[in-house]
Amino acid sequence: MSAEELQILSLTLRTAALSTILIVPPALAVAWLLARRRWRGKSLVETFVALPLVMPPVATGLLLLQLLGRRGPLGGWLHRTFDVDIVFTWRAVVIAMMVMSFPLLVRAARVAFEEVNPRLEQVARTLGASDARVFATITLPLAARGIVSGMLLAFARAIGEFGATILVAGNIPGRTSTLSLAIYNLVQLGRDGEAFRLLGVAVVIAFLAVWTAEGFLRRSHDARRP
Amino acid sequence: MTLAVRDLVLPLAEFTLDVSLDLDARTTALYGPSGAGKTTLLELIAGLRTPQNGRIELHGRDVTNVPPRHRRVGYVPQDDALFPHLSVRQNVMYGARAMPDDVIDVLELAPLLDRSVKRLSGGERKRVALARALLTQPAVLLLDEPLAGVDVALRGRVLEYFVRIRDELAVPTLYVTHHMEEVEALCEELVTIDRGRIVAHRRM
Repeated sequence: MSAEELQILSLTLRTAALSTILIVPPALAVAWLLARRRWRGKSLVETFVALPLVMPPVATGLLLLQLLGRRGPLGGWLHRTFDVDIVFTWRAVVIAMMVMSFPLLVRAARVAFEEVNPRLEQVARTLGASDARVFATITLPLAARGIVSGMLLAFARAIGEFGATILVAGNIPGRTSTLSLAIYNLVQLGRDGEAFRLLGVAVVIAFLAVWTAEGFLRRSHDARRP
Repeated sequence: MTLAVRDLVLPLAEFTLDVSLDLDARTTALYGPSGAGKTTLLELIAGLRTPQNGRIELHGRDVTNVPPRHRRVGYVPQDDALFPHLSVRQNVMYGARAMPDDVIDVLELAPLLDRSVKRLSGGERKRVALARALLTQPAVLLLDEPLAGVDVALRGRVLEYFVRIRDELAVPTLYVTHHMEEVEALCEELVTIDRGRIVAHRRM
């Protein structure tokens, strides 16, 4: 691979990894609330969380652009307060990846939490455990493989992200050009050979991520069996 | 009074559980047909369900609104609810407030401690669940059909462990069953429940 291709691969892997790590705490919190608590507005939140899965990615990107641009409410505030710009930087790549992969992790973690037998959590409470200890020692370990599987799917989704990223981060070589954007760019320029090489890399990464995720899920079912 | 249940009411699908009960014996059987409300009553006492009305007292302390973690109730559900990702030792020590030696001796658990709970027989699982509950130094022990799922040939032997717990550790116990031979072997009092009501309460 050329230096340019390695740079694209490196940026893609780093931003996808960072976006996956950053969505873990909020995704687990939302997934746990959806799996274990009844509350008013739950179905609204469920629908809202799933929106990026069904909305056109470009539409999500446009919303992010409005929100995070220098004239947007959040982007403007960040610029004025911290002199930080989001749009057309690697940060925008990470945010677009986070928004697009968040629902996948929430769904996987929710299923993983729901599959933990609530009786185990109840008994842990009768043994004197606080809610935090029950979560840390019972719920989380028993849901861990399902959660890791969801993280891998979210990572794969982040790597493949295109529509939202191109709007909010542009396609700036060396700064925001990820695998998907680079493939698109190369095809536009008629450099099909290089496009196919990057395509091969994308397929290998996606295959490994999904295959490993499936493996974690299989072992997760085995682990929960009493 | 070890355990006092006053006018405890909880509407269920087919009837309303409505129970008043004073227990002072070492081991009391809660006896009745399937679906009579035995497990529900245990879950109410353990704090896993909230009654519509009524009051639960343990050694004179009103625990009706006390969360399960502060009730000091040793609850062993019918399916044992052993934590499948932890070893026997980790299960037994999960909520331990007492040194485990006595309980481990009485229940003969020492050879099992480093095993995964997935490799235990039905009888061994019961002993681990019982030890785990006992080590929290509970004010009362709630056992929900503790011989369910134990091989018929092993039941007599597991029952012997319950007798040893009763005689050597003396923790007040409410023992749910629908087998009269268990009641006769173990219990000093018999409370019969049917469709959510106590229909008889007598000494054995």
